[in-house]
Amino acid sequence: MDKQIISGDEAVARGAWEAGVRVAAAYPGTPSTEILENLSLFKDDVYVQWACNEKVAFEIAAGAAIGGVRSLAAMKHVGMNVAADPMFTLAYTGVNAGFVVVTADDPGCHSSQNEQDNRWYALHAKCLMLEPSDSAECRDFTIAAFELSEKYDIPVILRMTTRVCHSKSLVQLGQRQAPPVKTYEGNAQKYAMLPANARPRHAYVEENLARLEEVSSSSPLNRVEWGTDTKIGVISSGISYMYAKDAFGPEASYLKLGFTNPMPKSLIRDFCSRVDKVCIVEEGDGFIEYAVKALGIECTGKDVVPRLGELDSQTVALAFGLAEKPQVYSADAAAPARPPVLCAGCPHRGFYFALRSRRAKIAPVGDIGCYSLGCLPPFNGFDAALCMGSGWSSTIGLAKALKAQNDERKVLGLLGDSTFFHSGITGLIDVVHSNSDVILCLLDNSITAMTGHQDHPGTSGNLMGETVTPVDPLAIISATGLSDERIRIVDPIDQVQMGAALDEAIAASGPFVIICRRPCALLKPVMAANAGIRCVVNTEKCIGCRQCVKTACPSLTFENGKSVIYDPAGCTGCGLCMQQCRFGAIERIGG
Amino acid sequence: MKTTGILLTGVGGQGIILISKILTIGLADMGFEVKMSEIHGMSQRGGTVNTQLKYGQRVFSPTIGPGEADMIVSFEKSEALRALPYLKKGGTIVTDEKEIFSMPVLTGTAEYPHRALEALELAGCSVKRVPAAAIAEELGNGKVQNIVLLGALVKALGFSGSADWLAILRSNVPQKLVDINISAYEKGAAL
Repeated sequence: MDKQIISGDEAVARGAWEAGVRVAAAYPGTPSTEILENLSLFKDDVYVQWACNEKVAFEIAAGAAIGGVRSLAAMKHVGMNVAADPMFTLAYTGVNAGFVVVTADDPGCHSSQNEQDNRWYALHAKCLMLEPSDSAECRDFTIAAFELSEKYDIPVILRMTTRVCHSKSLVQLGQRQAPPVKTYEGNAQKYAMLPANARPRHAYVEENLARLEEVSSSSPLNRVEWGTDTKIGVISSGISYMYAKDAFGPEASYLKLGFTNPMPKSLIRDFCSRVDKVCIVEEGDGFIEYAVKALGIECTGKDVVPRLGELDSQTVALAFGLAEKPQVYSADAAAPARPPVLCAGCPHRGFYFALRSRRAKIAPVGDIGCYSLGCLPPFNGFDAALCMGSGWSSTIGLAKALKAQNDERKVLGLLGDSTFFHSGITGLIDVVHSNSDVILCLLDNSITAMTGHQDHPGTSGNLMGETVTPVDPLAIISATGLSDERIRIVDPIDQVQMGAALDEAIAASGPFVIICRRPCALLKPVMAANAGIRCVVNTEKCIGCRQCVKTACPSLTFENGKSVIYDPAGCTGCGLCMQQCRFGAIERIGG
Repeated sequence: MKTTGILLTGVGGQGIILISKILTIGLADMGFEVKMSEIHGMSQRGGTVNTQLKYGQRVFSPTIGPGEADMIVSFEKSEALRALPYLKKGGTIVTDEKEIFSMPVLTGTAEYPHRALEALELAGCSVKRVPAAAIAEELGNGKVQNIVLLGALVKALGFSGSADWLAILRSNVPQKLVDINISAYEKGAAL
C-alpha cells in the first residue's frame, strides 16, 4: 500500500475508514472541518452528515455506536462544549461498537474565540483519550482508538490541535478492515440512563478506568525513548513532543505520551525514577503536570512554559534555558496591518453599512461566522460576541441591563443562517416567549461560509450528495407565532430596503426579526451569475467625496483625488458603492 | 538535527498552499523527510496567509520560529517585510514585486511601503526579486503567479534537476491548465 503526504485531518479520515467506521457526523469548525470532508470521499462505505450542531453530531454517532456500528463525531474545541451533555453520559452507557469523538483544539486562536484545552474533558467526562503528534499517528491512533473503544466499551476522545490537523507529513496507508456489525439488543439497564440505571453504571465506569490505567501504562501508544544520558527526562504529548525533540535534542530521555487518559501512572513513576530532572513540555494548560504532581513527583513545567498561545521549538528551548534568542533582521519600514476582511460583494457589508449610520440608537451583539469580521473597523458592528447562538439569546438579558441603566438604545442581535440552525432557534423562541424588545437579524447567505461552504439544513444538498428539501428559516420564525408585521425579508445590499427595515425595527416595540437574505458572493452559481458584471468609476463625474470608499470594499480605493476600482477582477458589481454616489459617477457594466 | 525551513507568505487566494504542496511532494521524492504546516480559517478572507515547510533527514516540529527560516518566499511585497523577523541571518528572500493593498491602505488609514524591498536590502538581506505576477499576466492568467514563483524557488534552492517537478505539476493542476502552468514554471526557473 502506498505512502502519501497528507494532513492530520485527512489522516484521521483515512484511519477511520480503514478501521471500518460506518457513520460519521460533524459540525464544520476550523481546524476540524476537513475530517468529515475527507470521510465523505468514502461515502460508499460511510454515512456522513453535517449535523445542525456538535451535540447533534455527537448523538448521531452515539446512536450508531450503541446500535452496533463504528462511528465518529468531529468538532473544534468549542464545539465539544456543545456536545458535552451526551458525552458525559455516553461514558456511563458505554458504546457497544467503537466510538471516537475528535476534538480539534486551537491554541493561538487562529480561528476561534478561546484557547480552551480540551484534554480536561477526558478527565472530567471519564473518557479514554489519545493524542497524536503528526499525520502518521493521526491514522494509527484513530485505528487504535476504535479498537480500544470497542474492547473496553468506552468513548475515546482523539485530541488534536491546529498544527496537528493542518500539518502535512508522510503516512503509510492501509486497507479497510471493517469489523462485522454488532447486534443491537435492547438493554435499558445499560443504555437508558435513568437514576436507578445510572448509579450502577457509574460504578462500572470507575472500575473500568482503574483497569485502563494499566492498559495505558503498557500501551505502545506511550513510549520511553532513552537518550544518551538520563540527566533530563522530558514528558510530552501531541505536537509539543515535536517541539521538545527539537529543543532538548538526542541527549535527553523522553516519555512520549499518546494515551493520556487514564494517565499511565506506573509508567510515569518508573520513568521519573530513572532520570535526574523531569521537564514537562505541553501547550495550553498543565494537564500532564497536574497528573505528575499528583503522583508526588517534582517537575518543571508551567513555571517556565507559556500557557498562552502556541508553542514552537524555540519557545520551548528558551523556556528551559537551552538556547539563546537568535539574531533577526530588522528593517526601517513596516508592513501595514492586513486584517481579514469581508470579501468584495459580501452581503454582510450591506448590513453593516446600514447599521453604521444607526449605530447611536442600537446596541448590537454579534456571533460566530464570517460576519464576525464586521466587528473590526471601519464598521465596529458589534460590542459583544460569546459563542454560537449567543448573538440572539444574549439580547434578552442585555436589553434588561440597558433598561436598568436608562440606556435607550435598542438591542440588536445578529447571527448567520448556519448559526441559526446550530443554536439560534432556541434563543429566538425565548425572545418571543419573553416578549423582549429586541431586534434579531438573520444574516442569511445560504451556506456555512466561514469554514468553506458546507451545506446546512437550509440548503438543498447534503454531504451524501443527495438533493433534499431545505428547511426554511422563515417558516421556523413564523412558527413561533411572531406576526408577519414583525418580520422583514430584505436584500442587505439594497440600502433602501435594509435601512427601512432597521428603522422600522428600531421604532417598533417587542420582538422584531429582519432576515437579510443574499447568497455568499463566493458560491459557484453566484459567481457564474456575476461573471463579467462589475462597477466602473466615471472619473469625470467623480468629485472625490469618498462616500463610496466608506463601504470598505477590498475592490475599491481612492487615488489622486478620485475613487478607483482597485481590483476589477474581484469586483462583483454588487453596487453597494454605487448606491453611495450622489453624482452618478459609479456605473455597473456587463449586466 | 539540521533541517531547512522555508516560509511562504502572501495574501489569501494567491495559491500559496498549492505550491507548498508541490514543493513538499518534490522534496519527499528527493528522499527528504518533509513537513508542511498551513493556517486556514479567518486569515483566508483577504488576510495574510502563511505556510511553513521544513525538510531534512529527520524533521520534528513542522513550524518555523523567529530567525529560523532559511528562505522566505513572498507573493506580495509588503508581506516579505512582515515576515522578515522569521529570516535566519544569512537567509534569502525570494519575493514578487506585486503590491496588494490591505484594507487600512485602501481606506486611507495606513500607507503602503512601496520601498519595502529597498528597506529589506538596506537591512542586509539577500533579496531575489521575481516579477511573477507580471509574468503570469503576460502568459494570460494572473493566477499562475504561484507557479512562476515555484520555478524561481526550485532554482534558488538548487533543486531544478533533483525531482521531476513538471510531472508533479501536471498531476496537481487542473487538466486544462497544464500547459500554462508548465510555461509559468519554466519562465520562473529561467529567471
